[in-house]
Amino acid sequence: MTNVEETIREAGPRILVFSTDISGPGIDFAGSLHLHYSPEVDVISMPCTSGIKPAWVLHALQRGFDGVFIAADGEECAYLPDCAQRASRIAADAQALLTQNGYEPQRLKMAAICSVCAEHFIRYMHDFSATLAELGSTGSG
Amino acid sequence: MSEERRIGVYVCHCGGNISDYVDVAQVIGAVEDEPGVVVARAAMFTCSDATQQEIIDDIREQELDGMVVASCSPSLHTETFREVARRAGLNPYEYTQVNIREQCSWAHTDDREGATRKAIRLVRAGIARTRLSAPLEPVTVETVPKTLVVGGGVAGLRAAFGLAEIGLEVFLVEREAELGGQVGNLGAIYPHGNDGRALIARLTRAVGERPNITVFTRAELVEKSGSFGNYQATVRVGGEPGERIQIDVGSIVVATGFDSYEPEAGELGYGIEGVLTLPEFEQLLNQDGALTFNGKPVESIAYVYCVGSRQPGGHEYCSRYCCSTAVHDSLRVAEHSPDVRQYHLHRDMRTYGKNELLYSESRERGSLYIRFADGEPPAVEKLPDGRLRVTVRDLLTEGEELAIESDLLVLVTGMVPRQNEELTGVLKLPVGKDGFFNEIHPKLRPVETVVDGVLIAGACQGPKSASESVTSALAAVSQSAAILKKGSAELDPLVATVDPEKCSWCGTCQEACPYDAIGRLALNGKQVAAVEAAVCKGCGGCVPVCAEEAIDLQGYTDAQVRAMIDGLLQEVAR
Ligand SMILES: Cc1cc2nc3c(=O)[nH]c(=O)nc-3n(C[C@H](O)[C@H](O)[C@H](O)COP(=O)(O)OP(=O)(O)OC[C@H]3O[C@@H](n4cnc5c(N)ncnc54)[C@H](O)[C@@H]3O)c2cc1C
Repeated sequence: MTNVEETIREAGPRILVFSTDISGPGIDFAGSLHLHYSPEVDVISMPCTSGIKPAWVLHALQRGFDGVFIAADGEECAYLPDCAQRASRIAADAQALLTQNGYEPQRLKMAAICSVCAEHFIRYMHDFSATLAELGSTGSG
Repeated sequence: MSEERRIGVYVCHCGGNISDYVDVAQVIGAVEDEPGVVVARAAMFTCSDATQQEIIDDIREQELDGMVVASCSPSLHTETFREVARRAGLNPYEYTQVNIREQCSWAHTDDREGATRKAIRLVRAGIARTRLSAPLEPVTVETVPKTLVVGGGVAGLRAAFGLAEIGLEVFLVEREAELGGQVGNLGAIYPHGNDGRALIARLTRAVGERPNITVFTRAELVEKSGSFGNYQATVRVGGEPGERIQIDVGSIVVATGFDSYEPEAGELGYGIEGVLTLPEFEQLLNQDGALTFNGKPVESIAYVYCVGSRQPGGHEYCSRYCCSTAVHDSLRVAEHSPDVRQYHLHRDMRTYGKNELLYSESRERGSLYIRFADGEPPAVEKLPDGRLRVTVRDLLTEGEELAIESDLLVLVTGMVPRQNEELTGVLKLPVGKDGFFNEIHPKLRPVETVVDGVLIAGACQGPKSASESVTSALAAVSQSAAILKKGSAELDPLVATVDPEKCSWCGTCQEACPYDAIGRLALNGKQVAAVEAAVCKGCGGCVPVCAEEAIDLQGYTDAQVRAMIDGLLQEVAR
């Protein structure tokens, strides 16, 4: 492994978070309160959970993320009343896709994060980092 | 394609909010040679006028066709920088905001190296997205020229009147049987000693005379549906089950106020006869003539400040109004009963702004101000003759213990957030750590919430005086006007699009859209899906259901998301 890779592996599992119009402010709020979580967590924001493609989750793992966390709208979605059901479908499809490609389905985690759920988010990041550390790196390339 | 782009990248120090925790120079160094980047610069404050002008100059001189600003949350400055792009002649949708403050520097204040590495990744992802951005034109939606005001205190009343004056139709919903809120119970109020009840009576009359204001008392907002510019609100009138009324409105102003802090039994003698909260004392002062309590003339009064405010572990904030109110009260007492002795026991006096003059006047009229230490509140006991003894260590005489005998003790109580779970649930209002409603940004967007078209005003947002409450009410009025007066609002063109080459019409996307934004179109001899941009809400719900991968959400296209993921992982890519 190169030095860069070593540093990164030491820093902990790499997590991609998909946030939404609802959960994005919740994640911002965690920062505003200076609550800490792993800097290996990167966020890509989308308007709504229902617009996330399962193929993106697979792409992220294939490219080197150790896990993907969908910070979902839950029941609060301003766009779609059935957003929670749609999101469950997307997550299930994505997990099936991961399994087909030889990745553990636990590498995808989804939970609702509300616009002020700063502490929830932190807790999920800690727990998910621990889960992924146990699973080990995707060792991708 | 990427070689053809000309992108400018601007990384903000945000004073030190970013640069104290992220090595900005290292970020610039890591991204300046990315494909497509022609300018990469740091700035102390990218949002400052000077830097905005520099960016505009760059866009023009370097013929930039894309722009990335790495600074605070997109919820704060996306519009600022879209405007910068517009002014320079760059399509505003060729710009990407990268959040390296809330989602990087502030979240990793303990790890400069980690935060710097992350900032580099995030900026790379932003550049990757911008390389694939396209110029877009805004979508226009019709807005309903009506506003619902929730809460009929001084803020709600003034907002209702202001909205009506600019020609909007207003529905004012007040939970109690009477309008007026807290000010409706007050006598002379600071700064000018006007009568609170008279002020409310005047406002209520003005509201009543407006044909375009409908007032519902004993009423509450129980449901809200619809979307920005056109909400359907359900108001329940006359308690449970009551009558339910449906109203269409373009915006909602929440002005539900505060509650007064209720001391615990025994807290600073609360419960002993003669120990009063500030609202109770206000009621006593509304009597005519010389001040009496329980039929006996009052000869001396002690005040203890910051009760329920500035309490570590409890209500930690300053309630703003209470110092000025208590000082003003002491002047009212001095006016009617000049011989009453008055002792003010405080941790700090915060008669800010012009109210400082009230404080000076109160001292000139004989009030004594005694400062005690934070952790050493006065002790209160009842004397056999029915009077009170308040014992306090005076900080200025190096902790000398003073015993003050008084007829009354006023606990200068602060403001606490009002219990309003049902409303919070219906409107999805963000509640801050202190329990008050949260604005998007205290300086830049002080009355807007994360819910588009739902505004907050008055003391529901945090402690405010009556005049501060009215100021914010008027801000909510002008913000509503900005949304509703034109009859239409411009919406992000970040909507779904269909690639007719890939689409073979199966109807799945149409079923997935509850807004009926997707129709069927005959094109080049085949049936394809087509999105109506003004109806599309831009959620992307149709994107993953398309088996042909023919649908993309503008700004979040398949190619852009994949490129962002690749950008985030560039350092380990091989
Ligand atoms: C003892 C005391 C003395 C004061 N003295 C002064 C002074 O001298 N000078 C000064 O500037 N300020 C003074 N203030 C502060 C002043 O009272 C506030 O600034 C002001 O009341 C804030 O107005 P508001 O409309 O935001 O809230 P409020 O006055 O609290 O009004 C809110 C209204 O909303 C209604 N409501 C709440 N929830 C709902 C719901 N879910 N649905 C419908 N309606 C709802 C309430 O019934 C109420 O009528 C004093 C306050 C107190 C307590």
